[in-house]
Amino acid sequence: MRFIDTSIGKKVIMAVTGIALVKFLFIHLIGNSTIFLGPEGINAYAKGLHSLPPIVWGFRLIMLLIFGIHIYFAVQLTLDNKKAKPIGYSVDKNLAATFSGKTMIWTGLIILGFVIYHLLHFTLQITSPYFIASSHPDNFGRPDVFKMVILSFQKISIALIYALSITALALHLSHGVQSIFQTLGLNGDYLMPKIKALGLALALILSIGYLSIPAAIQLGIISL
Amino acid sequence: MNLTLFVWRQRDKDSQGKLEEYKAHDISPDMSFLEMLDVVNERLIKEGKEPIAFDHDCREGICGMCSQVINGIPHGPQGKTTVCQLHMRHFKDGDRIYIEPWRARAFPIIKDLIVDRSALDRIIQAGGYVSVHTGGVPDANAILIPKPDADTAMDAAECIGCGACVAACPNGSAMLFTAAKVTHLAMLPQGKVEAARRVCLMTEQMLKEGFGNCTNHYECQAACPKGIKVSFIAKLNREFIKAQF
Repeated sequence: MRFIDTSIGKKVIMAVTGIALVKFLFIHLIGNSTIFLGPEGINAYAKGLHSLPPIVWGFRLIMLLIFGIHIYFAVQLTLDNKKAKPIGYSVDKNLAATFSGKTMIWTGLIILGFVIYHLLHFTLQITSPYFIASSHPDNFGRPDVFKMVILSFQKISIALIYALSITALALHLSHGVQSIFQTLGLNGDYLMPKIKALGLALALILSIGYLSIPAAIQLGIISL
Repeated sequence: MNLTLFVWRQRDKDSQGKLEEYKAHDISPDMSFLEMLDVVNERLIKEGKEPIAFDHDCREGICGMCSQVINGIPHGPQGKTTVCQLHMRHFKDGDRIYIEPWRARAFPIIKDLIVDRSALDRIIQAGGYVSVHTGGVPDANAILIPKPDADTAMDAAECIGCGACVAACPNGSAMLFTAAKVTHLAMLPQGKVEAARRVCLMTEQMLKEGFGNCTNHYECQAACPKGIKVSFIAKLNREFIKAQF
């Protein structure tokens, strides 16, 4: 049987792509945090990023491919699992399963929807409501990403969409990160509680980090 | 004690089953759960009705035959206890008790609460053995085994193959069962020889039988009457990844 047809093989692929996605979340968060430095920070960051088109596009395509593989196997495994348990119990009781664990496919699909929206919003700038950074250079001739982000997140509806999606991400990570270790066999009786705590900590650090940007703009801490 | 039972009744594999209500009167708190069902069945037989079919054998908590989901929990509310060792003192007078069979696609219902668990036997047949020469019994301690390894192997060998892990798993996965068997043999020098082949064959058989995939909910560990731990699943995953190289 080929590795990718086996149950554990599919899960190993989910775990490895999961690691890449968690790493991306950290890199992306560090990049985004330049908004706290004002227009000088994020506009310079955006300019720097786009000064190397082959690298940035190569990176984006690889990330999309990894994202696609992660989703493909997630859907396949979930459908398999539904088939393996066609009838549930009349008394539905959980002894250990968590809300975040049981909703992985749903939080995952919310994240997928969010990523599509997020790309249309800030990357392709199709749904950016007020302002297209790429056609509005700042005083230094750079796309004014700072103004685009501020104007977007000042709108409560957009800030809420981001907040809800990041909550889904936090739930997804709190089960996902510890699952990576278990699936790759990097777990044992001694490590188990530590890995669970690590998963929770990573989920909290990343979600608070990402939430801080729309929150700071809504609270007027960062403004034009 | 007087109880109201809701028991899954199903004539055979292909029939439609449903929960039926039964009254259990004058139950002693000292009875085991299966003895309580015996009392109900005796009355049903006297009334000329079909008794409730359920699996049981040793009634000592070691054979792994009893298999009932009681109020949503395989083997009932008491931890690390098989149904046969569960006593009625853990219930209250007037309780409503739901009794259902193990649920999983790989465990077709034979009748009422009895399911066909031979899929687990076929997983064992696929690789849950060591190939040894027949003949004289080797001397004890001829192969030295570190105490921690022997302990881990013994902990894994505690699995009685009842299938509660599959019943508890929201995905109907047999990973805990397979992990216990793989760990039990992979910890010992006699089992290491065939470890790579074994883990591949057993997990492949698991898939063929229609068991689901593990999503790390750890319901299995919580339901296991023998305290088999999910760290064995990590060990199984490790063995499987190692076997690829």
